[in-house]
Amino acid sequence: MTDAGNKPVSIALTNCSKTFPDGTRALEPLDLAIHAGETVVFLGPSGCGKTTTLRIIAGLEEPDAGGKVLFDGTDVTHLPIEQRNVGMVFQSYALFPNMTVAGNIGYGLKIRKVPGAQIKARVSEMLAMMQITRLADRRIDQLSGGQRQRVALARAIAVRPRALLLDEPLTALDAKLRDTLRLEIDSLLRSLGITAIYVTHDQAEAMALGDRIVVMEHGRVAQIGKPRDIYQRPATRFVAEFIGTMNRLTGSMNNGRFICKAGGIAWPEAPANATEILFRPEDIRVVEGDETTGLQGKVAAAFFLGDRTRLFVDVGEAQPLVIESTARRDFSHGDPVGLAIDPRGLLVL
Amino acid sequence: MKRRGLFYLQLGFTLLVCAFLVVPVFLSIMAGLTVNYFVGIESGLTLRWVMEVWNGYRDTIFLSIGLSLACLAVTLVIGVPAAYVLAKRQTALTRALEEMLVLPVAVPGLATALALIVTYGSLSGFRTSWAFILVGHVLFTLPFMVRSVLAVLSAIDLKTLEEGAASLGAGFWSRFRDIVLPNCRQGILAGSLMVVTLSMGEFNMTWLLHTPFTKTLPVGLADAYASLRLEVGSAYTLVFFLMIMPLLLALQAFAKPRPTKFVAEDAE
Amino acid sequence: MRHETRRLILLLLPAGIVFAAFFLLPMARLFFIGGSGKTGWAAYAAILTDSLYLDSLLSTMAVAAATTAATLVISGISGVFLQRHKFPGNALLVSMLTFPLAFPGVVIGFMVIMLAGRQGLIGQVTQALTGEKLVFAYTIAGLFMGYVYFSIPRTILTVMAAAEKLDPKLEEAARSLGASPWRVLLDVIIPGLKPAFISAGAICFATAVGAFGTAFTLAAKINVLPMVIYTEFTLSANIAMAAALSFVLGIVTWLVLAVARTAAGSSVAAAG
Repeated sequence: MTDAGNKPVSIALTNCSKTFPDGTRALEPLDLAIHAGETVVFLGPSGCGKTTTLRIIAGLEEPDAGGKVLFDGTDVTHLPIEQRNVGMVFQSYALFPNMTVAGNIGYGLKIRKVPGAQIKARVSEMLAMMQITRLADRRIDQLSGGQRQRVALARAIAVRPRALLLDEPLTALDAKLRDTLRLEIDSLLRSLGITAIYVTHDQAEAMALGDRIVVMEHGRVAQIGKPRDIYQRPATRFVAEFIGTMNRLTGSMNNGRFICKAGGIAWPEAPANATEILFRPEDIRVVEGDETTGLQGKVAAAFFLGDRTRLFVDVGEAQPLVIESTARRDFSHGDPVGLAIDPRGLLVL
Repeated sequence: MKRRGLFYLQLGFTLLVCAFLVVPVFLSIMAGLTVNYFVGIESGLTLRWVMEVWNGYRDTIFLSIGLSLACLAVTLVIGVPAAYVLAKRQTALTRALEEMLVLPVAVPGLATALALIVTYGSLSGFRTSWAFILVGHVLFTLPFMVRSVLAVLSAIDLKTLEEGAASLGAGFWSRFRDIVLPNCRQGILAGSLMVVTLSMGEFNMTWLLHTPFTKTLPVGLADAYASLRLEVGSAYTLVFFLMIMPLLLALQAFAKPRPTKFVAEDAE
Repeated sequence: MRHETRRLILLLLPAGIVFAAFFLLPMARLFFIGGSGKTGWAAYAAILTDSLYLDSLLSTMAVAAATTAATLVISGISGVFLQRHKFPGNALLVSMLTFPLAFPGVVIGFMVIMLAGRQGLIGQVTQALTGEKLVFAYTIAGLFMGYVYFSIPRTILTVMAAAEKLDPKLEEAARSLGASPWRVLLDVIIPGLKPAFISAGAICFATAVGAFGTAFTLAAKINVLPMVIYTEFTLSANIAMAAALSFVLGIVTWLVLAVARTAAGSSVAAAG
């Protein structure tokens, strides 16, 4: 692919913290290594430091004294963004209203004093790649949100950046468009083979796009890992609950069984001191017929979603359990149900 | 039925207010073109008074035009960059600066003029040149340029636009030239019209700052009103209207809100 | 980042130098000259202790207050009306009402003379009707008329802009709750326009206090503060007194605008 003009860069942060002039600590000291060509997603609730980290990598913020940013081993900590050769896509797109679509896409090349004919060729190439050729001469305020997003992407990669930084690029769009563009961004990043850093608060986006996910909380990294690891083996309570849905039961171990208010679960390899167990909705099911299990509950609410029914089952805990049932039956409030949990999905944190 | 009556009552009132503003303008235009205003229109129409004004006060017209353009140049050069800084750094200090810049408009022109005279009046070369008046006009019009540009810059997400440009490799001055200036064009244009219009009509300061050799149009007007016959004063006013009319019309066009375009999401 | 701060300071510098050299420094000098006359710093108290100056201060304030009240009522009625009712000719009326926006004070004085002067329209009409010629251009009433003329265009613009932002749903809600048009006006429209009224009113007041051109054109005998300053400066050559008075005048107008700005909560555009 011609667009991977520059070799993808590896990025390392060492001891990067950020304190704003008003004294708020946006980022606790952070060490992070991003491999060349990989897509890393920073995921977390707003205020967790993910955007600050991205802006430090971009060169829009400098880390506190002692922090270092390395691109391929070269210290770029004090290099401003305009000299880092990174492409950036902003949440609000930051398209220049005083230029046309083509003008926006070609701007980075113009700044690099690329000859006009080459700019023109590259701009057409980008327009074709993003399927927006017909919009070339439009003004920015004549574009829809999805079109703006494409222009912003085209503009960022037109200069063949060493890394592509995306700051919540889909947040401003509606749900359906978000799904379409997520797919497109995914195939774009794969085909470019570029080092990409993607910031989002949407866990579905993070799971779909990231080679690795960095989950952040209160200015700290909570966990770094592949999407599957993060989902199945969350390192902390925060990660477990921020990503996907978690069910929780409290109780204690007794003879290889976890005993709670609703009954007991056989769990041979359990840690002896477990007082609380966590599991995903897909690891619990409603038993059918007269299969007996040790666990009983009462339906608190049932929502028929078409392909399945989402059940909230009261088991005497503070929160009802969430269960996705594909059973072909009606549930109504108060129905007693027998429950079975797959012990392989049980977690203690 | 009652609503209808209320409507006509308000319409009538508004027409009356209109008449209050417009009738004297027409009277003065008429007077400037009438042979003898006291006798009335039947004394005939003439351009004699206009010619008299042209011969006697031509210099004031040219001086005022030159002065307002010079004032525009200065406010552009010092005001637009200042507005950019004020938009970019919104701290207690810049807010205080913005507040201070408006002082020459809040403080009566008479006071500013006196202050300038007691401070620089003894520099005779400066005191007798038109630059002395220019200084006053710049002080008075600068806030309008700054505010007008600042208003536009505050309405756009300047910070992100500049970050976008920086991410594409544009340094400070490239960003200022390619992003900041083009995007505050509207504000610069509106501010420029305001500056020229205000400079053209400034009297409060100019009356104290001027010398017999540096009479501006409004100073000449005051002269004419005080010492010449009504027809000449009117003709002079007519000349002033003709000069200022295009500016006022352009300003009005600017004051009208433009409909904002709404772009529906394309089916993708 | 430090680099950028340096560049920003560089960009601010030209305006800063012009402003410091030609406004701050002269104003400071004016302040000291005000205290350097025969009476020393007492000159600053003279505006309250000397009946000549106190009278002119009071009449200046009275004209300014009357101008503000009249302008707000007139512009409030017409501004809301023109914003609410779109009818053929509406745009023309709006342009006519805002057209005199940048007329200088001298020209406005002349407009007052055309209306209420010795050869004015009002004089001719009253003479034809009653045999008595009504001429008031050269009095404080004429000045009042001029200031209202001056203030209407910009006030109408402010009121219209504010009325446009007023949500008509609020009125509909009030009416749905049974409010009469009068109550809607008192409870919804006027409170909604209050910030605009405060800021526009402050500008009316400040310009009426500080304006000089209109009074100058009408007659030198109108006893308002700017005229007194001018007389002190040119005729009596009492520069110290003129300096003290204009400094006080400056403080008063600035205060009015500053207080209004705090009260209105939004930025009060400066007077022209």
